[in-house]
Amino acid sequence: MTWLRRGSSEPLWKEEFPVRTADERYVTRRQLTKFLVLTSLGMFVGNIWILIRSIFYKAPIYGHQPVAQLGEIPVGGVKLFSYPSKDDHCILIRTAEDEYVGYSQKCTHLSCAVYYSQAENRLECPCHKGFFSIKDGAVLQGPPSRPLPRIVLEARGEQLVAIEVKG
Amino acid sequence: MPTSNDLPPQTRGLTAIAGAMSLIVILLIVQIWLLSAALESFLSGKLHTALPAAVFSGVMFLICLGLYAFVDRVDSEVRGSGNGR
Repeated sequence: MTWLRRGSSEPLWKEEFPVRTADERYVTRRQLTKFLVLTSLGMFVGNIWILIRSIFYKAPIYGHQPVAQLGEIPVGGVKLFSYPSKDDHCILIRTAEDEYVGYSQKCTHLSCAVYYSQAENRLECPCHKGFFSIKDGAVLQGPPSRPLPRIVLEARGEQLVAIEVKG
Repeated sequence: MPTSNDLPPQTRGLTAIAGAMSLIVILLIVQIWLLSAALESFLSGKLHTALPAAVFSGVMFLICLGLYAFVDRVDSEVRGSGNGR
Protein backbone atom coordinates (compact mmCIF):
# COMPACT_ATOMS: atom_id res chain seq x y z
CA MET A 1 0.00 0.00 0.00
CA THR A 2 2.95 2.31 -0.48
CA TRP A 3 1.21 4.01 -3.41
CA LEU A 4 -1.20 5.63 -0.91
CA ARG A 5 1.62 7.36 0.98
CA ARG A 6 2.96 10.68 -0.12
CA GLY A 7 6.68 11.03 -0.75
CA SER A 8 7.35 14.12 1.39
CA SER A 9 6.15 15.67 4.63
CA GLU A 10 4.79 18.73 2.75
CA PRO A 11 1.00 19.18 2.65
CA LEU A 12 -0.64 17.87 -0.47
CA TRP A 13 -1.72 21.34 -1.65
CA LYS A 14 1.91 22.51 -1.57
CA GLU A 15 2.96 19.64 -3.75
CA GLU A 16 0.17 20.34 -6.20
CA PHE A 17 0.74 24.11 -6.23
CA PRO A 18 4.50 24.53 -5.82
CA VAL A 19 4.55 28.33 -5.42
CA ARG A 20 7.80 29.56 -3.91
CA THR A 21 6.69 32.27 -1.47
CA ALA A 22 10.17 33.76 -1.09
CA ASP A 23 10.46 34.17 -4.85
CA GLU A 24 6.98 35.67 -5.04
CA ARG A 25 7.88 38.31 -2.46
CA TYR A 26 11.23 39.13 -4.05
CA VAL A 27 11.34 42.67 -5.41
CA THR A 28 13.74 43.15 -8.27
CA ARG A 29 15.70 46.33 -8.90
CA ARG A 30 13.54 47.05 -11.91
CA GLN A 31 10.34 46.69 -9.88
CA LEU A 32 11.65 48.97 -7.14
CA THR A 33 12.79 51.56 -9.67
CA LYS A 34 9.42 51.40 -11.41
CA PHE A 35 7.69 51.99 -8.06
CA LEU A 36 9.95 54.98 -7.34
CA VAL A 37 9.28 56.48 -10.78
CA LEU A 38 5.53 56.00 -10.34
CA THR A 39 5.79 57.79 -6.98
CA SER A 40 7.64 60.57 -8.79
CA LEU A 41 4.76 60.73 -11.28
CA GLY A 42 2.35 60.98 -8.35
CA MET A 43 4.29 63.97 -6.97
CA PHE A 44 4.19 65.61 -10.39
CA VAL A 45 0.43 65.03 -10.69
CA GLY A 46 0.01 66.56 -7.22
CA ASN A 47 1.87 69.68 -8.34
CA ILE A 48 -0.24 69.86 -11.50
CA TRP A 49 -3.38 69.63 -9.33
CA ILE A 50 -2.17 72.56 -7.21
CA LEU A 51 -1.41 74.50 -10.41
CA ILE A 52 -4.92 73.87 -11.77
CA ARG A 53 -6.45 74.93 -8.45
CA SER A 54 -4.31 78.09 -8.53
CA ILE A 55 -5.38 78.95 -12.09
CA PHE A 56 -9.08 78.51 -11.36
CA TYR A 57 -8.92 80.06 -7.92
CA LYS A 58 -11.66 82.60 -7.25
CA ALA A 59 -11.21 85.01 -4.40
CA PRO A 60 -14.15 84.63 -2.01
CA ILE A 61 -16.54 87.52 -1.57
CA TYR A 62 -17.10 88.37 2.07
CA GLY A 63 -20.16 89.99 3.49
CA HIS A 64 -20.16 92.60 6.23
CA GLN A 65 -21.20 91.35 9.62
CA PRO A 66 -21.44 93.14 12.98
CA VAL A 67 -19.49 91.16 15.57
CA ALA A 68 -19.60 93.29 18.70
CA GLN A 69 -20.52 96.62 20.17
CA LEU A 70 -17.65 99.00 20.87
CA GLY A 71 -16.82 98.78 24.56
CA GLU A 72 -18.75 95.54 24.91
CA ILE A 73 -15.68 93.64 26.03
CA PRO A 74 -13.06 94.94 28.51
CA VAL A 75 -9.40 95.53 27.57
CA GLY A 76 -7.75 92.10 27.45
CA GLY A 77 -11.12 90.45 27.04
CA VAL A 78 -12.27 88.24 24.20
CA LYS A 79 -15.45 87.46 22.34
CA LEU A 80 -16.06 84.51 20.08
CA PHE A 81 -17.99 84.91 16.87
CA SER A 82 -18.47 83.19 13.52
CA TYR A 83 -17.37 84.72 10.23
CA PRO A 84 -17.87 84.47 7.24
CA SER A 85 -20.04 81.37 7.76
CA LYS A 86 -21.42 80.03 11.03
CA ASP A 87 -18.90 77.17 10.87
CA ASP A 88 -15.89 79.53 10.75
CA HIS A 89 -15.23 80.30 14.37
CA CYS A 90 -13.24 83.44 15.13
CA ILE A 91 -11.89 85.22 18.16
CA LEU A 92 -12.12 88.94 18.83
CA ILE A 93 -9.65 90.44 21.30
CA ARG A 94 -9.57 93.93 22.71
CA THR A 95 -5.85 94.61 23.01
CA ALA A 96 -6.06 98.28 24.05
CA GLU A 97 -8.68 100.91 24.86
CA ASP A 98 -9.46 101.52 21.19
CA GLU A 99 -7.74 98.56 19.55
CA TYR A 100 -9.42 95.33 18.50
CA VAL A 101 -8.04 92.37 16.56
CA GLY A 102 -9.85 89.39 15.14
CA TYR A 103 -8.46 86.05 14.00
CA SER A 104 -9.76 82.75 12.83
CA GLN A 105 -9.86 80.42 15.80
CA LYS A 106 -8.76 77.47 13.71
CA CYS A 107 -5.07 76.64 14.20
CA THR A 108 -3.27 76.40 10.84
CA HIS A 109 -1.57 73.19 11.97
CA LEU A 110 -4.38 70.71 12.68
CA SER A 111 -7.40 72.99 13.17
CA CYS A 112 -7.60 72.95 16.97
CA ALA A 113 -9.26 76.02 18.47
CA VAL A 114 -6.74 78.64 19.60
CA TYR A 115 -7.34 80.76 22.72
CA TYR A 116 -6.00 84.06 23.96
CA SER A 117 -3.42 83.94 26.73
CA GLN A 118 -3.59 87.28 28.47
CA ALA A 119 -0.52 86.54 30.61
CA GLU A 120 1.66 85.89 27.56
CA ASN A 121 -0.28 88.25 25.28
CA ARG A 122 -0.45 85.73 22.46
CA LEU A 123 -2.79 83.22 20.90
CA GLU A 124 -2.08 79.65 21.91
CA CYS A 125 -3.08 76.32 20.47
CA PRO A 126 -3.46 73.79 23.31
CA CYS A 127 -3.01 70.73 21.08
CA HIS A 128 0.61 71.06 20.00
CA LYS A 129 1.74 74.29 21.67
CA GLY A 130 1.59 76.45 18.60
CA PHE A 131 1.81 80.13 19.54
CA PHE A 132 0.69 83.06 17.39
CA SER A 133 1.44 86.76 17.64
CA ILE A 134 -1.45 88.94 18.76
CA LYS A 135 -0.25 91.74 16.45
CA ASP A 136 -0.45 90.00 13.08
CA GLY A 137 -1.22 86.33 13.76
CA ALA A 138 2.32 85.26 12.79
CA VAL A 139 3.67 81.98 14.12
CA LEU A 140 5.86 82.50 17.17
CA GLN A 141 6.51 78.89 18.03
CA GLY A 142 5.39 75.36 17.35
CA PRO A 143 4.42 73.21 14.41
CA PRO A 144 2.11 75.61 12.49
CA SER A 145 3.83 76.97 9.39
CA ARG A 146 1.24 79.57 8.36
CA PRO A 147 -0.11 82.56 10.28
CA LEU A 148 -3.67 82.69 11.53
CA PRO A 149 -6.12 84.21 9.04
CA ARG A 150 -6.88 87.75 10.19
CA ILE A 151 -10.39 89.19 10.28
CA VAL A 152 -10.40 92.76 9.01
CA LEU A 153 -12.54 94.87 11.33
CA GLU A 154 -14.10 98.27 10.88
CA ALA A 155 -15.76 100.52 13.41
CA ARG A 156 -19.15 101.73 12.18
CA GLY A 157 -20.80 103.95 14.72
CA GLU A 158 -21.02 101.93 17.89
CA GLN A 159 -20.56 98.65 16.08
CA LEU A 160 -17.52 96.63 15.16
CA VAL A 161 -18.03 95.08 11.75
CA ALA A 162 -16.07 92.21 10.15
CA ILE A 163 -15.53 92.98 6.47
CA GLU A 164 -12.89 90.55 5.18
CA VAL A 165 -10.63 87.59 5.96
CA LYS A 166 -6.95 87.97 5.08
CA GLY A 167 -4.44 85.14 4.90
CA MET B 1 46.03 50.05 -9.28
CA PRO B 2 42.84 48.47 -10.65
CA THR B 3 40.49 50.77 -12.58
CA SER B 4 36.77 50.44 -13.16
CA ASN B 5 37.51 48.94 -16.59
CA ASP B 6 39.22 45.98 -14.89
CA LEU B 7 36.03 45.04 -13.04
CA PRO B 8 33.71 42.46 -14.58
CA PRO B 9 30.80 43.96 -16.58
CA GLN B 10 28.28 42.61 -14.06
CA THR B 11 29.89 44.48 -11.16
CA ARG B 12 30.12 47.67 -13.19
CA GLY B 13 26.50 47.32 -14.19
CA LEU B 14 25.38 46.82 -10.62
CA THR B 15 27.33 49.90 -9.51
CA ALA B 16 25.71 51.96 -12.25
CA ILE B 17 22.25 50.72 -11.24
CA ALA B 18 22.89 51.49 -7.57
CA GLY B 19 24.03 55.00 -8.54
CA ALA B 20 20.98 55.61 -10.74
CA MET B 21 18.61 54.35 -8.05
CA SER B 22 20.25 56.60 -5.47
CA LEU B 23 19.75 59.56 -7.80
CA ILE B 24 16.08 58.65 -8.24
CA VAL B 25 15.62 58.49 -4.46
CA ILE B 26 17.26 61.93 -4.05
CA LEU B 27 15.05 63.41 -6.78
CA LEU B 28 12.00 61.87 -5.16
CA ILE B 29 12.84 63.45 -1.79
CA VAL B 30 13.21 66.85 -3.51
CA GLN B 31 9.85 66.29 -5.26
CA ILE B 32 8.12 65.46 -1.98
CA TRP B 33 9.54 68.63 -0.44
CA LEU B 34 8.49 70.64 -3.51
CA LEU B 35 4.92 69.31 -3.32
CA SER B 36 4.59 70.11 0.39
CA ALA B 37 6.06 73.59 -0.14
CA ALA B 38 3.72 74.27 -3.08
CA LEU B 39 0.74 73.11 -1.03
CA GLU B 40 1.72 75.26 1.96
CA SER B 41 2.17 78.20 -0.37
CA PHE B 42 -1.20 77.61 -2.05
CA LEU B 43 -2.99 77.33 1.29
CA SER B 44 -1.45 80.58 2.49
CA GLY B 45 -2.77 82.36 -0.61
CA LYS B 46 0.47 82.66 -2.59
CA LEU B 47 -0.67 81.34 -5.95
CA HIS B 48 2.36 82.38 -8.05
CA THR B 49 4.56 79.54 -6.74
CA ALA B 50 2.41 76.77 -8.27
CA LEU B 51 3.72 77.14 -11.84
CA PRO B 52 7.49 76.95 -11.13
CA ALA B 53 6.86 74.12 -8.67
CA ALA B 54 4.93 72.15 -11.30
CA VAL B 55 7.60 72.80 -13.96
CA PHE B 56 10.48 71.68 -11.73
CA SER B 57 8.51 68.66 -10.54
CA GLY B 58 7.88 67.72 -14.20
CA VAL B 59 11.58 68.08 -15.03
CA MET B 60 12.49 65.86 -12.09
CA PHE B 61 9.93 63.28 -13.15
CA LEU B 62 11.43 63.22 -16.66
CA ILE B 63 14.91 62.74 -15.20
CA CYS B 64 13.56 59.87 -13.07
CA LEU B 65 11.99 58.37 -16.19
CA GLY B 66 15.33 58.62 -18.02
CA LEU B 67 17.11 57.00 -15.10
CA TYR B 68 14.52 54.21 -15.08
CA ALA B 69 15.17 53.57 -18.77
CA PHE B 70 18.89 53.46 -17.96
CA VAL B 71 18.36 51.02 -15.05
CA ASP B 72 16.12 48.85 -17.23
CA ARG B 73 18.72 48.69 -20.01
CA VAL B 74 21.70 48.05 -17.74
CA ASP B 75 19.76 45.47 -15.72
CA SER B 76 18.91 43.59 -18.91
CA GLU B 77 22.58 43.65 -19.92
CA VAL B 78 23.70 42.48 -16.47
CA ARG B 79 21.19 39.63 -16.53
CA GLY B 80 22.42 38.73 -19.99
CA SER B 81 26.05 38.58 -18.89
CA GLY B 82 25.47 36.86 -15.52
CA ASN B 83 22.80 35.62 -13.18
CA GLY B 84 22.51 38.70 -10.91
CA ARG B 85 19.04 40.02 -10.06
